[in-house]
Amino acid sequence: MKRTVLHYTIGAAVAASLGGFATMASAAWEPTRPVEFIIPAGTGGGADQMARTIQGIVTKHSLMKQPMVVINKSGGAGGEGFLDLKSSANNPHKIIITLSNLFTTPLATGIPFNWKDLTPVAMLALDEFVLWVNAEKPYKNVKDYIDAVKAAPAGTIKMGGTGSKQEDQIITVAMEKATGTKFTYIPYKGGGEVAVQLVGNHVDSTVNNPIEAVAQWRGGKLRPLCVFDSKRMSYDEQVFEGKGWKDIPTCKSEGLDIEYLMLRGIFMSPKATKDQVDYYVDLFKKVRETPEWKDFMKTGAFNTTFLVGAEYAKWVETEEKRHETLMKEADFLAKSN
Amino acid sequence: MEEILNLFQGFAIALQPFNIMVMILGIVLGVVIGVLPGLGGANGVAILLPLTFSMPPTSAIIMLSCIYWGALFGGAITSILFNIPGEPWSVATTFDGYPMAQQGKAGEALTAAFTSSFVGAFFAVVMITLVAPLVATLALRFGPAEKFAVYFLAFCSFVGLSKEPPFKTIAAMMIGFALAAVGLDSVTGSLRLTFGFTELLNGFDFLIAVIGLFGIGEILLTMEEGLAFRGGKAKINLSVVLQTWKELPRYWVTSLRSCVIGCWMGITPAGATPASFMSYGIAKRVSPKGANFGKGEIEGVIAPETAAHAAGTAALLPMLSLGVPGSPTAAVLLGGLLIWGLQPGPLLFVEQKEFVWGLIASMYLGNLVGLIVVLTCVPVFAAILRIPFSIIAPLILVLCAIGAYSVHNSTFDVAMMLVFGVIGYGLKKTGYPLAPLVLAIVLGDKAEEAFRQSLLGSQGSLGIFFSNGLVSTIMILGLIALFWSVIQEGYTRLRTRAATA
Repeated sequence: MKRTVLHYTIGAAVAASLGGFATMASAAWEPTRPVEFIIPAGTGGGADQMARTIQGIVTKHSLMKQPMVVINKSGGAGGEGFLDLKSSANNPHKIIITLSNLFTTPLATGIPFNWKDLTPVAMLALDEFVLWVNAEKPYKNVKDYIDAVKAAPAGTIKMGGTGSKQEDQIITVAMEKATGTKFTYIPYKGGGEVAVQLVGNHVDSTVNNPIEAVAQWRGGKLRPLCVFDSKRMSYDEQVFEGKGWKDIPTCKSEGLDIEYLMLRGIFMSPKATKDQVDYYVDLFKKVRETPEWKDFMKTGAFNTTFLVGAEYAKWVETEEKRHETLMKEADFLAKSN
Repeated sequence: MEEILNLFQGFAIALQPFNIMVMILGIVLGVVIGVLPGLGGANGVAILLPLTFSMPPTSAIIMLSCIYWGALFGGAITSILFNIPGEPWSVATTFDGYPMAQQGKAGEALTAAFTSSFVGAFFAVVMITLVAPLVATLALRFGPAEKFAVYFLAFCSFVGLSKEPPFKTIAAMMIGFALAAVGLDSVTGSLRLTFGFTELLNGFDFLIAVIGLFGIGEILLTMEEGLAFRGGKAKINLSVVLQTWKELPRYWVTSLRSCVIGCWMGITPAGATPASFMSYGIAKRVSPKGANFGKGEIEGVIAPETAAHAAGTAALLPMLSLGVPGSPTAAVLLGGLLIWGLQPGPLLFVEQKEFVWGLIASMYLGNLVGLIVVLTCVPVFAAILRIPFSIIAPLILVLCAIGAYSVHNSTFDVAMMLVFGVIGYGLKKTGYPLAPLVLAIVLGDKAEEAFRQSLLGSQGSLGIFFSNGLVSTIMILGLIALFWSVIQEGYTRLRTRAATA
């Protein structure tokens, strides 16, 4: 019995090595050299933190035989990273993590790129947006704050955010439309910097992602007013003064009818085969099962929706249309478009 | 008092045999990373980050921060030996370090650079130990206007330094600004000056420009001068270290001033690069040997190195206490902290005492270990200059190409580097100074961003740059630095008039 098994194994190994490419293509695909994990954003931001956490998990739990190398390609609001992937057709050793700049960068800059150039792999999570003010300020809820914005001379209230013509500014414009107010939007390089500018009172409010501002909330420096989602976040651990993410009301319930969630998803290079996509889907399923990933989701109060295949592609398509409308309304489209 | 107690507990943690081993390993890796231009501390730390996941968090952060110190030390080596700055903050070190190496004083220059690095870092660590909480609140006061004022000061303290005609200095600086403007305009979010070339999305990376302008340009010049690689007569024994050490205490004023500049620039999020330029600029103004700067003056190595390291070390403080990294490397370290479940921010010092003080203790020890490691290698480094140019030049070229490639993993950058090499050669031949150009590339877009953010906030009023005590003070210091020579001249005239009257 033992001998048969051994023979079979040897036989298979010989067949595989003799068969070369033909056999390998039919067998389940696996990376044969280091996988480049591209981040179309700078170091220290939300996408960067997520990608590096994934790299850490993959390495720690040996989920991949080949190493995973994380590379930041942040030039041109992430355009550098997307174009790099677009030009790597038939190279299954390249994947990219996306944020909303998957839609906003091509629309705002007119670079020759569309998400359909890439192969969708999986949606890992959705990132929430929260309206934050400085804890020293008297605004206890959305109404207080919007009233204050209305009372101030137009344009003197400053909203800080990450990047220009990207998600933070889209939400700001949506807020202006919904409330008939006017903010002065000031773009910064990264979310952490934005949070600190709010702590230092250099801006009046921000729409930071939870993970970018949680440390300052815990330190009692910032106050969350509402979350831009259809339902409250599900995490009930206490963060500050007995309050947790679950206690933050939705903006809609506070009279600010805006919903915005940001994609944290994975794409791979063009012309990837089904086997190759399946390999990465499987890899990320394993990543999602680890305690480190669950902790990370909790710290950042992520919406843990996981989508693959056609469902994922459909979701992305709907979002693309939505961004096009939003950006057209805000007059953020590149002139050449 | 509690801080001191905590620190000693930190030392007990850092001095465990495993942690000491990790420390030495980190330093050696760091030096190697620092020597390879382009690879840089941030990339090095990022590549090695996964290695540390199997370690306890304190050991892991000790190793990573030691890589950081090692890279800081290593950056000086190629600047001095080959005129190729491995890191942005080593650019100012080349101004006097490379001429020293050419005069056969590579050993002295390296010793001065390493020792100054240590002094700067040590000063900053002491400051972190004593005034950490206080300093964090100061950093919070820095909005866009204050940041712009700091960049303004850095530019002003550097303007008028070169011996070249002011027109050429300004022309070089303007070219730098123009290059810095290429790519995404971060305030409007649209592209500018890319002319439809997607390769230019990212603008001109500083490192590629510097590797080309300095490294390749220098090789071209040396080739023209007949393949002679000067500096071959460098002393290569350890006694050079002791001799240099005897000299160094003379420059304590420069050191102290550079430490203060460095710490200040590190805490305010300006960073190590403006710190090194500013410190060099001020040292040149103030030093009695100021006229000799740029021709191989040891003080011109001490000033930028001390400031760069004080800043690099102090930059870790805003990262720990605010969660805002002061440098790209600190940003990668920040990512590491999050993976280990440590949340940087105001509460880190309260909740994770063992970790924070272990890290601070390892800063003391790591720097000391680093100094010993690199000093014992000085003769080896200096001996590199004895290798014939025909052998070393191709090696440098390869090193430069790898460096340029590894910045963004792009072959376009390698071509760009060669173009910059030719430009560098042309500028040198026609007597245009490279330093203002480089300064403008490094700080140009940051200064522009801060300037425009300020004006957005003030709705276009320039008054914001004089709207509070902090920003006005920095702006006025900048203006004084800009018109220093005029002020000095006026003062001397007044005195002579008073004397004759």
